[in-house]
Amino acid sequence: MESYDIVVVGAGPGGSGAAYHAARKGLRVLMVEKRQEIGAPKRCGEGLSRGGLKRIGFDFDPSWARREIKGATAIAPNGRRVVVDYEGGEGWVLERKMFDKWLAEKAAEAGARVMARTEAVKVLKKDGIVSGVRLRNDEKEWEVKTPLVIAADGVESKVAREMGIDTTLKLSDVASGYQYEMSNIEIDPDRIELYFGNDSMAPGGYVWIFPKGKRTANVGIGVRKPFAKKTAKEYLDDFIGSRESLRRGSVIEVNSGAVPVGGLLKNMVSQGFIVVGDAAHQVNPIHGGGIPEAFVGGRIAAEVAAEAKQAGDFSAEFLSRYNRRWWEERGKILQKICILREVVERLSDDELNWLAEHLRGEELIQFSKSKGFAILAKLLMKKPRLIPLARKLL
Amino acid sequence: MVEVSRGKCIRCSGCVSVCPQGALTFTEHGIVCDLDKCTECGICVSFCPAGALKRKG
Repeated sequence: MESYDIVVVGAGPGGSGAAYHAARKGLRVLMVEKRQEIGAPKRCGEGLSRGGLKRIGFDFDPSWARREIKGATAIAPNGRRVVVDYEGGEGWVLERKMFDKWLAEKAAEAGARVMARTEAVKVLKKDGIVSGVRLRNDEKEWEVKTPLVIAADGVESKVAREMGIDTTLKLSDVASGYQYEMSNIEIDPDRIELYFGNDSMAPGGYVWIFPKGKRTANVGIGVRKPFAKKTAKEYLDDFIGSRESLRRGSVIEVNSGAVPVGGLLKNMVSQGFIVVGDAAHQVNPIHGGGIPEAFVGGRIAAEVAAEAKQAGDFSAEFLSRYNRRWWEERGKILQKICILREVVERLSDDELNWLAEHLRGEELIQFSKSKGFAILAKLLMKKPRLIPLARKLL
Repeated sequence: MVEVSRGKCIRCSGCVSVCPQGALTFTEHGIVCDLDKCTECGICVSFCPAGALKRKG
């Protein structure tokens, strides 16, 4: 029987992060992906900042970049625009299909074995100890031996649930997303645009336009219950239908999905098992971006996997150092950003308009980091109704 | 149980991630609801970005 040090389930950024780093450390790695094509279908707006790529740790490669982005524009409900120029911090709109394959290639080149269209049917246990994985490809089923499974199987998180880790997302911790990749539309080709409007445009979320070309962009929305009264698709269709610049465009791809924007897990391990990426809700809760988060989660899991192999100890207790390290490196900051999200989503359209008048671009960019807190809190303090929200940030 | 409109469902499997009972499974034929596990709480119906799910019964 084939034998591996780790089996990684799912070949998105989280899986490839784990597989790449584990293979680099000399572990024998198998990464399986149930879909026939890695990176498709995407459930993603495809934005990646230069800082995000830096955290992933690879150099830029033109194969996956559809468009270089110079900045962002946040647009208030009344149309007021706050422009953010990313000095030295630009980013890209990706082609996920290319990007995810590129990451999987990095893992393969580092020595991991990668198998697309291969499903992990079941994690096998012997006397309660993880002993392998049952795999399926076409109509063939077989078993491989491994003491450690890393689940990077996306937001539905099937494997983690099977392993007894409750990864169910509360309705309040998940954004409902819908997106069209549109062509022949009028857009700002150099900046991403984020449209806010909690009253009726995108309750509890925002609309994004991420340019992939001069006249092509991902036009998407994330909304959240209990704020949203309609489906994400209906809100997005209304947004597009009300805009001359978009409504005559063509739709070349349709995506939808669940984006975890909270519900960070205290425990992401069990005996012989670690969960990473969307499956572990490792997403930035203010904008819903998860590519670098997943890759970093995978990298930390790989480090712990190597140490576990050396110690010959795959107990939940040993693996729990993954929880500690992830919380130290990412969890603490993401938890704080979660509070920011809870504040922003409670602002009415009038309050968002007011905020847009008083915020400068260079302040706004701090919002995906914790520095934005003090800036926002100071502003909110000026409005009596918002003082309780401001206190949440301090 | 929930009824899935095959026409509206775009197979994102978001409903699977919010179901507290683990009653929904994503298969090659689309979303399948396990009648024994479903408590008709309606969370998946509220979540679905495409409005493809309806409570039935």
